[in-house]
Amino acid sequence: MEFSSPVLNYTLLSPMLILLGGAIIGVLVEAFMSKALRPITQLSVTIGSLILALVQVWRIRNDQSLTAAMGSVVIDGPAVLMQASILIISLISILLIADAQQFTALAASLPGSEEERHALQSGNQVTEVYPLTLFAVAGMMLFPVSSDLITLFVALEVLSLPLYLMAGLSRRRRLASQEAALKYFLLGAFSSAFFLFGAAFLYGYSSSISFSGIRSAVVGGSGNDVFLLIGISFLSVGLLFKVGAVPFHAWSPDVYQGAPTPVTAFMAAATKIAAFGAMLRIYYTVFANAQWSWSPMLIIIAIITMVFGSLVAIAQRDVKRMLAYSSIAHAGFLLTGIIALNKAGLEASLFYLFAYGITTVGAFAVVTLVRDSAGEVTDLNRWKGLGKRSPWVAIAFATFLLSFAGIPLTSGFIGKFSIFSAAYESGATSVVIAGVLSSAVAAFFYIRVIVLMFFTDPVEDGTSVEIPSSLTSITVIFSMIVTIALGVFPAPILDFISNLATFIR
Amino acid sequence: MNSLVLLMLLPIIGSIAVAATPRTKEVLSKQLALATTVIVAIATLAMAMNFQRDNVDLQFVEKYSWIPTFGINFSVGVDGLALVLILMSTILAPIVVLSGWNEAHGGRWSVKTFYILILVLETMMIGVFAATDVFLFYVIFEAMLIPVYLLIGGYGTGERSAAAVKFLIYSLFGGLLMLASIIALYVMSGAQGGHTFDLQALSQLEMSSTTQNFLFLGFFIAFAIKAPLWPLHTWLPDAAASATPGTSVLLLGVLDKVGTFGMIRYCLTLFPEASKTFTPLIMVLAVISIVYGAILAIGQKDLKRLIAFTSISHFGFITMGIFAMTSQGHSGATLYMFNHGFSTAALFIVGGWMIARRGSSTIADFGGLQRITPVMAWSFFLAGMSSLALPGLSSFVSEFLVLVGTFTRYPVHAVIATFGIVLAALYILIPVQKALHGPTAPGNEELRDLNIREKVAIAPVMAMIIALGFYPSPLLNVINPASAHVIAQMGFTDPAPTNGDK
Repeated sequence: MEFSSPVLNYTLLSPMLILLGGAIIGVLVEAFMSKALRPITQLSVTIGSLILALVQVWRIRNDQSLTAAMGSVVIDGPAVLMQASILIISLISILLIADAQQFTALAASLPGSEEERHALQSGNQVTEVYPLTLFAVAGMMLFPVSSDLITLFVALEVLSLPLYLMAGLSRRRRLASQEAALKYFLLGAFSSAFFLFGAAFLYGYSSSISFSGIRSAVVGGSGNDVFLLIGISFLSVGLLFKVGAVPFHAWSPDVYQGAPTPVTAFMAAATKIAAFGAMLRIYYTVFANAQWSWSPMLIIIAIITMVFGSLVAIAQRDVKRMLAYSSIAHAGFLLTGIIALNKAGLEASLFYLFAYGITTVGAFAVVTLVRDSAGEVTDLNRWKGLGKRSPWVAIAFATFLLSFAGIPLTSGFIGKFSIFSAAYESGATSVVIAGVLSSAVAAFFYIRVIVLMFFTDPVEDGTSVEIPSSLTSITVIFSMIVTIALGVFPAPILDFISNLATFIR
Repeated sequence: MNSLVLLMLLPIIGSIAVAATPRTKEVLSKQLALATTVIVAIATLAMAMNFQRDNVDLQFVEKYSWIPTFGINFSVGVDGLALVLILMSTILAPIVVLSGWNEAHGGRWSVKTFYILILVLETMMIGVFAATDVFLFYVIFEAMLIPVYLLIGGYGTGERSAAAVKFLIYSLFGGLLMLASIIALYVMSGAQGGHTFDLQALSQLEMSSTTQNFLFLGFFIAFAIKAPLWPLHTWLPDAAASATPGTSVLLLGVLDKVGTFGMIRYCLTLFPEASKTFTPLIMVLAVISIVYGAILAIGQKDLKRLIAFTSISHFGFITMGIFAMTSQGHSGATLYMFNHGFSTAALFIVGGWMIARRGSSTIADFGGLQRITPVMAWSFFLAGMSSLALPGLSSFVSEFLVLVGTFTRYPVHAVIATFGIVLAALYILIPVQKALHGPTAPGNEELRDLNIREKVAIAPVMAMIIALGFYPSPLLNVINPASAHVIAQMGFTDPAPTNGDK
């Protein structure tokens, strides 16, 4: 038997390789470095890897290749845009993760145990969250550029497993955090099974695991259509779970609430880009010719998702749960970009993902700032009068909420406008109408928070706003600038996206 | 200076200057705001002098590329209609600042924030009337809500935050319906020769009558909420009752005009066929608004709510004039928008002073003001007379034109609407009698009359009300060609027996 060595294009793969290398260095640092130097070293390694990866992504921005890794990875314009978005989001999220107050000193200890207290008192803070983040980012980078089902599955697991762990790392309310982690893991494993099941059927349909093979089978229409339909459905379940679309959303409110807020920020923003990136690639290239098989299903799911997310968000009293339901609603809006299935839809989705990601990280960054002596205060009733006590923090949060609501002059509006017009152009009028109406509903609960912050008198309950660390300030200020800049002068970014947004097949 | 963009920049520059003042120097921020608004008003007047009256094309056109990917331009220009409304807005702004010199005290935030909001709002008021790109119009239309929301919720009285939210939710809902229509227009323009938001280009689009009807409704509902037309008016009395008098003037005098302006500029221009289809329904709603607003105004015990309901009646007249589809009706409606701005401003400003002095907005708490504070009382009386359209005052001319213009095509509607005038006499004369005449109510003996600042603030309003009552032709000369142009474009000719605007 003869083996041929694999041909790898290291330049094109370098962003992912850098991150994996950084993650491994992180593991070694965790094992061998003294505890005093650990946090700063970990932070430098992580930020260094992310920046280096971003530089590499920038350098390969005009390259296109189907054979970067023996046909398992495809690098093209959308791939570059998604990877760059994930890296930028990760960079500003890592600045939040750098706040050790948020994380348990020793994740392996039982909540409330002597061991845990001891670790906390001795300042023996473990910093495994950094390499975990880098592994997750590497998985997210691979997910939207995979071009066969096995790579796609591996990427899915690489991005998910660290996130399951990270969700359980909260210092305060550790039981809730661990419950969230377990829930996320069990449901995630369940959806992975669905995903694999779908992949198996697609293999049965096309006798190929590569996207191009499945695509040519779909175009040729040669295989057994029942296999294709089962394959599409089950693969979609796995993907829709990751983006938190109804009815596969049940994990997200609990996980958003239980996970440490910096992790929630990272997860909410970056996972969405990775998962929607993969969905866009699969539906736009592999399943494009079977549009009439999946489009009605996605239309129904999109409508249910946005209506459900917006309506249930109204009833939330916890800011993290509210943002979770809002992210469900946004998943619905983003699905309209996939339904559109045209170039405008791809461009709009890419813009929306980036804009939404930045705003989401900014919003959660503000959540980390509102605290009392027992840690973060997420009960909305205790956010009353925030505008009086800390006007700038409240103004920042209001800006993010207005962007979520899609008010003009914020990035959210441009995103919504472009994604809805793309969907309308493709004839999906029902989704657009449902989207517009649920936007109106969604506006209601975003505005309610603004009213709470600015128009309600503060209650004296010891809630205070942490003086933001310089790292958190960078995140908040950067997010705010991007949110407004993309709303007022989106032209350069839109042009940049427009030039790159073409999938190669 | 003939640049609308520069005109829009002036208040922004002023607001930056106000923002730079130290928090303790409240008077300085007020003076800066006043100076800015006066300069803007003078600049607008100077521009209006250069406006060519008989030219029905857009003038002072400027166009800058904004988001080329979507074919969006920052393009502005005015016709007679837009010019008149911009003029009204910029003249009202310094009056609002001067008359409400102390109304920012007692707000949730600092005094200078109040003036920053007012100045930002002024920029948007100019922009919303001047925009000739539908996307730009929509952006300003929605963005305007934020400063108004903050002005009501932050500086109002009573249930201010609830009223502010109600206002915002109603407006956002309407705005989103309009957005759906705008997206449809945009997509259709892409299919018919390239994506664009240019108003002129969009008005040439071919579309089926069903599509046109739906898109028309998207725009019309948004405007009917703004204007406010029965039954979409319920946010207005709450908002007006909670806002400061100055904010109310801008809200009812200027912002609500965006609704009626939009009906002419967008509904009629973009969807002429659908406008004709819906005219019978809209005419009925307009007449209901006239009578309903008037009847409810009579029943109000609160002075601010009373003025709000009178406005609902007046907006009914304006809408009726627009959809009567005659050139007198149109000219009358446009003139009505201008005059209503000033008569409502007079009512709110003088009413606001009365309320501030008395510490109550209940009409029954006043009484005998004629003896104690004659100047204030006479000002309120004159404002009231203008509101009920007494001949010789400005509102009479416009109300008469609207009725004449409507009668030639819809005699029944016009006759019913005339009852609105009779009811107007009631809703104005009852509060005038209760508040100004009769025995002096306890607690009123010590009320001060108007001071110099207040007299200076109200004088131009009163002068405008009287002057335009006797001599409306400078404005009508600007309005008439624009109105005739719209009617001609719609394919209407005026019915034979006309004797309106000579």
